Amino acid sequence: MRLARSMAVGWALHFKQESRNPFFLWIVICTPLIYATMAYFLFRGGTDGDKLVGAAVGTGMMGIWSLTTTAAAAALQWRRRSGILELLVAAPLPFWAILAPITIAISALGIYSLLASMLYTRLLYGVSLEIEDWLAFAVAVPVGILAIGLLGFMLGAAFVRFRAAWAVGNLFEFPVWTICGLLIPIAVLPAWVEPVAWVFAPTWGMNALRDAALGDGSPWDDIAMCAALSVVYGGLGVILLRVFLGSARRRGTLALS
Amino acid sequence: MTHRLRVFAIGGFLSYRALFGWLNPYLFVIILLVPSVTQIMFFAYLGRAAGVEDDTFYVVGNAVVAAAVPCLFGMADTITDERYTHTLSLLVVSPASRLALFLGRAAPVAANGAIVAAFAFVVGSLVLGVSVPFSALAPLALTILVTGFACTGLGIVNASLGLRWRESALLSNLILYFLLLAAGVNVPLDLLPGWLSTIAQGLPVTHGVEAARELVAGGTLTDVAPLLGAELLVGVAYAAVGLFLVRLFEVEARRGASLELA
Repeated sequence: MRLARSMAVGWALHFKQESRNPFFLWIVICTPLIYATMAYFLFRGGTDGDKLVGAAVGTGMMGIWSLTTTAAAAALQWRRRSGILELLVAAPLPFWAILAPITIAISALGIYSLLASMLYTRLLYGVSLEIEDWLAFAVAVPVGILAIGLLGFMLGAAFVRFRAAWAVGNLFEFPVWTICGLLIPIAVLPAWVEPVAWVFAPTWGMNALRDAALGDGSPWDDIAMCAALSVVYGGLGVILLRVFLGSARRRGTLALS
Repeated sequence: MTHRLRVFAIGGFLSYRALFGWLNPYLFVIILLVPSVTQIMFFAYLGRAAGVEDDTFYVVGNAVVAAAVPCLFGMADTITDERYTHTLSLLVVSPASRLALFLGRAAPVAANGAIVAAFAFVVGSLVLGVSVPFSALAPLALTILVTGFACTGLGIVNASLGLRWRESALLSNLILYFLLLAAGVNVPLDLLPGWLSTIAQGLPVTHGVEAARELVAGGTLTDVAPLLGAELLVGVAYAAVGLFLVRLFEVEARRGASLELA
């Protein structure tokens, strides 16, 4: 009970705190807008409403992913630089219960990203954003965000051990945008890419949102995959964190930045 | 004069080393080299999906704009990192020539941008099978150098704004995204609204990308000379404005005692 309360309070605190970070807000709001604009011009202002709705959802997911990879790493780096990482690790609460709410809160900021991209598409393209299955859409958003946040948590485990791991976040930005079908149809990509995309939550989150919005298929199996991946990421993250924290403590490198 | 040259050369060299956490080579690879290639892949496939232009268009465009990343962020960091390490005030009160100081910091950043762009060009071309005429290699190298210089000019403006505004990373991203959208890198200028393609003429990268595409298509250095001249001019203009703004904001910050607070 105490653990759950700590995690809930941690999540709420970090969500509020990061909502006031101009850099993070820039990433979640402006990234989808810029890419939605590019997509609009590249597709020559296409009149295919479904494609534009897909682009709106896709660019929203791009913003969520960008923020998670960049900000999860930055959050730890900031704590390391300000000298509180060691205190957090030494706290009686398990460190995973401190880190997971941070990364989930960061990916939850992605709600701004989705809202911004959908609103922008409505205003710029004049596309009426009719969601076919509102219930599935409303479930897919938090489940997708949770899965991406826990993927960020898993990556965050490495950020604890390696002082330059914050830069690794950059490495994953474009590859995940490319292979997860956020803006580019998977059919255009080489066949071997598809199985690789399956291990990334944004693939399933995007499928769920697209299916719920357009009614192309059932979004529930994609939502279930997001939930399953959340469990896998969470479990792996806890194990990795234990390994990396142990290593960092043995070597005395936790505070080195 | 010797003193100014020392500030230019040694100051610039040390500042460049500090950019990468005291010259850690793998940071250079994961921050600059790998993303420059993954960016090319993303836009090449987006272009295929949209049916707009071929792979060559995206390889050339994104390779050339790769020069902008180290130039924009690197120059901004020369100010923000000084603030972070509490040495900005010391720098500002030093009698060192500002021209030598900032040009010294800009020179390795420009060279760095050109190296990243060249790397992206080579790897992107190999991966996507884009062929470049052998005769175009030397002019392309010159084009990339000129574009790196122009981006550094914009980087100096960006750095100067860092004296006034703490969120320089945000600003760097904003400028970079605007270049991706408006400089003809990923969206052909004729698909953009007229007002946006007009603005693009005053941006670094626009003319460099156009020159590089012409060279890859078989053009000669003479053919692209006007474009390179325009790119150079844009770079000089931004550098001049940037150096002026550095001086202006420095005086303002001293007057308002806001240097560490910005």
